[in-house]
Amino acid sequence: MSTPLSRPPLETLRDQIRRLEGSATRRRAVLPFGIRDIDRRLPGGGLALGALHEMAGGGNDALNSAAAGQFAAGIAARTKGKVLWVVSRQDLFAPALKQVGLGGSRVIYVEAGADQDVLACFEEGLRHGGLGAVVAEVARLSMTASRRLQLAAETSGALGIAVRRWRRQTEAADFGQPTASVTRWRISVLPSETLPVPGVGRARWLLELIRARAGESADFEVEACDGKGRLSLPAAVADGPDQEKAGRRRTRA
Amino acid sequence: MLSVDLAARKAGVRPGTPVAKAQALYPDLIIMDADQEGDRTGLEKLALWFQQRIAPLVAVDAPDGLVLDTTGADHLHGGEPAMLAEMVRRLREAGITAKAVVADTLGAAHALARYGRARTLVVPAGKTAAAIADLPIEALRLPDSMIEGLRALGVATIAPLAAMPRAPLALRFGPDVARRLDQAYGRISEAILPVRPVDPVTVSRNFAEPIGAAETIARYIGKLVPPLCQGLEERGQGARRLDLVLHRVDSRTEAIRIATATPVRDVKRLTRLLCEKIETIDPGFGIERMVLTATLAKPIAPRQKISSLIAEEEPDVSDLIDTLANRVGHHSLYRFAPVESDVPERSFCRVPALAPDDQKDWPHHWPRPTRLLPRPEPIETMAVLPDHPPVFFVWRGIRRRVKCADGPERVFGEWWQGDAELTTVRDYFRLEDTSGERFWVYRSGDGEHGETGSQGWFLHGIFG
Repeated sequence: MSTPLSRPPLETLRDQIRRLEGSATRRRAVLPFGIRDIDRRLPGGGLALGALHEMAGGGNDALNSAAAGQFAAGIAARTKGKVLWVVSRQDLFAPALKQVGLGGSRVIYVEAGADQDVLACFEEGLRHGGLGAVVAEVARLSMTASRRLQLAAETSGALGIAVRRWRRQTEAADFGQPTASVTRWRISVLPSETLPVPGVGRARWLLELIRARAGESADFEVEACDGKGRLSLPAAVADGPDQEKAGRRRTRA
Repeated sequence: MLSVDLAARKAGVRPGTPVAKAQALYPDLIIMDADQEGDRTGLEKLALWFQQRIAPLVAVDAPDGLVLDTTGADHLHGGEPAMLAEMVRRLREAGITAKAVVADTLGAAHALARYGRARTLVVPAGKTAAAIADLPIEALRLPDSMIEGLRALGVATIAPLAAMPRAPLALRFGPDVARRLDQAYGRISEAILPVRPVDPVTVSRNFAEPIGAAETIARYIGKLVPPLCQGLEERGQGARRLDLVLHRVDSRTEAIRIATATPVRDVKRLTRLLCEKIETIDPGFGIERMVLTATLAKPIAPRQKISSLIAEEEPDVSDLIDTLANRVGHHSLYRFAPVESDVPERSFCRVPALAPDDQKDWPHHWPRPTRLLPRPEPIETMAVLPDHPPVFFVWRGIRRRVKCADGPERVFGEWWQGDAELTTVRDYFRLEDTSGERFWVYRSGDGEHGETGSQGWFLHGIFG
């Protein structure tokens, strides 16, 4: 069926664009999430390595970036090699990163006061190529800056994650501006599943894939990163409604 | 006892006294372990100081002396007596009691400096034999066993020893006695092993026409670095710190200093580090001379690479560390290492980015927030005492209803840190509000006893 003649015109056009961009010769490596529903939506079947990805928290998390930071840490934990984490002000709690599988010995922090320095260090890290992932917390990310970062990531094959974090809620509207990043995610916290006993259940996030180059946007409800940085689908979604009922029956029994 | 100070000497302690005996003589005696390695390096430093100021040939005469070949150097200091007086005075100012002797031979000077009476002494040329005649035979740098043997023969000073027939002496004690005597009298020569000055590797370049453009400076940096690296390679060293000094035509100087985390002599890497700093230079009317110096160089040994058969090689990130450190500063580049403490803000410390991995990590038992506030922020709450989580809380003007909570996790004050922490307690709770946001709050105090804390509530972290 997939002979070149019967290919839909859209595919052919995409091929042409890819050839123009010059990245057609090598196959992009990806970092899959290990969840079929998410990987299916991403071109190549996972987060493209050698590319820039943007992440921001939704609601109050746009300022705190707790969920977005943990999501980024979970992704970085699943890469190989050291991780460079560029911040403008340091408030990450290293033991928490350890709990998503990113041990203290793997992360090198750079505290670069101004946004300009953050971007410069980010680019330097992406250009180096010996790092597993480079994470930077930036507020403003212009088209030009993001294009530079994307090119740096493409040349070295490093995974670049820009955690967008603003000082004021009003500035968060900046997330609508176009950038050269390959994917753009918004992570919002959701109430956790009610446990049959007092206590707090595993955190849940609403992952919104707002933009994906050569892909479609989507949103997923997931359970937060586990000890090795892996996400998982809530039981209700993964197993379907019947299973959920069965689960309830089990807990009641 | 190797060495004693004046007060101890007055109390009757001498070098060579056993420690137990010395303590019996004077119970409050302060005894310190001898640091022979430290003494040796200190002596070498002093030798270099003498070499820069007094004479070009200086050798270390361990454990307590320096040998200077002042031939042709004394006139610079106003003659030999003045030179000795000046040396002793300067050492006294630095807290060192010293004796200085000039003699024809090293052996004689060594003997007189240690066993002579005078603080400074110049032995006139040709009067050496008379000057050392009455000194004890210990002054001859002979092993202790030989000294004992000679004393058993009834020889106590140098003159009778020198008068004795050589052959029986050599038969009984070996050739050393005759050799030391000859060295003291100047009959055979004795070489000294002078300290080698640590002159740094330097390359420079003069320009016929002053240069000023950034590209030109970059080009000449590119020309200066290879010979510097070659110089470093000849010494088996790598640069830890490089200084590039640019002399401007108006006789002012501009400088670039770069530092590296590990010794480097990679041309490309050093050139890049230097070129990144060009923008900090103000060339003014032009630069006429560039001097590149490796002010701090450390040996680098060739390292064997891990074979790909055994394990995959970890990519080297030290060049990236250098680039970033030269941009943001060494203090802004770090890793977090665990500290054994239950108090959250004390449970980590910053270590240099390239510090060796000590394989320790934080315990995994309780959930920890992704973001820890720099200082806990007070919140208003309503909670059932003594150990229930809050029902609601107000943080930064927003009131949140708590849907579910975990806790308390009790953290006790660390009494060894200070008296204030003897009784303090913090009870940590993990709260989730109705919108799903999760917070880490604590109550200062156990909710029952006033001495454990203020019983106020604080927000300390935000979970992802």
